[in-house]
Amino acid sequence: MTARYLLRFGTIGYLLMVLLIPVGLVFYRAFQHGLGPAWDAVTTPGAVHAFWLTILIAAIAVPANALFGVALAIALVRHRFPGHGLVNALVDLPLALSPVVVGLALALLYGTGGWLGGLATHGVKILFAVPGMVLATIFVSLPFVVREVVPVLREIGTEQEQAASVLGGSPFYVFRRVTLPAIRWGVAYGIVLTMARAIGEFGAVSIVSGRIEGQTQTLTLYVKDQFDNFDFTGAYAASVLLAAIALITVLAMSLLKPKDGA
Amino acid sequence: MAITVVEVTKRFGAFVALQDVSVSIAEGSLTALLGPSGSGKSTLLRVISGLEEPDEGQVLIEGRDVTHKPSRSRGVGFVFQHYAAFKHMTVWENVAFGLKVRKRPRAEINERVHDLLSLVQLEGLAKRYPSQLSGGQRQRMALARALAVEPSVLLLDEPFGALDARVRQELRVWLRRLHEETKVTTIIVTHDQEEAMEVADQIVVMNEGRVEQIGEPRELYEHPANEFVMSFVGPVNRIGDAFVRPRDIVVSLEPEGSEQEAMVQRVVHLGFEVRVELVRDDSQHMWAQLTSEEAEALELQRGLIVYVQPRHQRVFSNK
Repeated sequence: MTARYLLRFGTIGYLLMVLLIPVGLVFYRAFQHGLGPAWDAVTTPGAVHAFWLTILIAAIAVPANALFGVALAIALVRHRFPGHGLVNALVDLPLALSPVVVGLALALLYGTGGWLGGLATHGVKILFAVPGMVLATIFVSLPFVVREVVPVLREIGTEQEQAASVLGGSPFYVFRRVTLPAIRWGVAYGIVLTMARAIGEFGAVSIVSGRIEGQTQTLTLYVKDQFDNFDFTGAYAASVLLAAIALITVLAMSLLKPKDGA
Repeated sequence: MAITVVEVTKRFGAFVALQDVSVSIAEGSLTALLGPSGSGKSTLLRVISGLEEPDEGQVLIEGRDVTHKPSRSRGVGFVFQHYAAFKHMTVWENVAFGLKVRKRPRAEINERVHDLLSLVQLEGLAKRYPSQLSGGQRQRMALARALAVEPSVLLLDEPFGALDARVRQELRVWLRRLHEETKVTTIIVTHDQEEAMEVADQIVVMNEGRVEQIGEPRELYEHPANEFVMSFVGPVNRIGDAFVRPRDIVVSLEPEGSEQEAMVQRVVHLGFEVRVELVRDDSQHMWAQLTSEEAEALELQRGLIVYVQPRHQRVFSNK
């Protein structure tokens, strides 16, 4: 009995200390002087631009990783090919590698003197511009769809697909009518996680963006800059915006979870 | 011939799943591929369906060489041991799948699915999902789905293997009736000799990737080509080099000539059949199969001394 209460209060207390109180404080500080100043802070041109840039980057990175993730998951589960094990391990690299390192690597590759640094002189600006930020975001949010879809594909096995192909379905028809519906929750869950990661990314984007206000500043970078410039209301309000996006994402995730376990 | 398999060999890495297998299946017949696990029977079925491509040899369906054709253009129906039901589709949608692939008009699809569901006795369950069906119902749905596209050949891979004994028995009888109604050339893979003998007109006995014997059930039982077929199709006693069916061991209470003495070790009553486990004075173990009436007349019980003699026995040269 006591052990159970200890466990219950222990875990709740832990969540309270590490999660709820810090996040709650941000909300409190943002709205400390009422809704007005907070609203003003997130509607400055800089904040609005940062918000839309964040959405734009996610809107490119998430579909790219969703498509690539499903394709890679199918390749990993359904096909044997040379380098199979290596690819499988590489997919997890972005999880293990610090985003700062990712940013640095991209800066080295596309920067002045980098292997692909010459692109800038031909008018293709990648570093300190949106393309570089998209690349960095794709890199750090790459594993989620793959990792969510792989176990689902393993679990459903190949028999349904075989049955569909004997019944006359072309490979694409079988994918669309049988495989995709069977993995849809895995894909959806993976997309939600990818989205959360893409929107919250700071380290890698911070390096490749050059942090040019009103140009290459995402919401996370905006928060950091406002904080450094002692605009606390601005920083907290933008944080609240990020937290709100995260909450919506988490909510979408729990709504997406199938209730019947199918 | 509906199906002709010519000298097919199939390897998985170093493992030879099929070695020079040739089989002919007559139009409208029901053939069983019988063998222990690893004998290659399922691989042969999958080669015929196009789910596996043979390394050597040919597969002809209705005279057409389909060896390198994908399964979707072979016009076969396939039923899997674990049903392979489309879990996100209703029973109706499952059965309609092959017709929708073929873009048949909706009215035709409706009519055909309706007919098939009544054929497999699932009329009331059209709107259910596979997870809401019993194993037997799921397998009947899978059969209807395979039959929907009017396949020239129906292939069943251990279709009743995952079901409990009573349902399995019911479905065998039902499959036999279904076959008589539809007359679709059918191949069923099974490791259960009783199942094979009960449903099939022709049995192909397989072992270690080869065909051991092809014949009617009775022919295999009475004239097995070799030791393997003899011991796989029906029960058998091995006495030295000879093979004797338990039914062919004559048990008597008095010696009449060349019988040998044996002691009853156990008497097992299985209703009509009685199994008598015996040990001969030269410590050879064997069992005899008697009717309950025969066993009663002899008043068999543990420890009783009896006299045994094989009525028929078989010795196979080499192997």
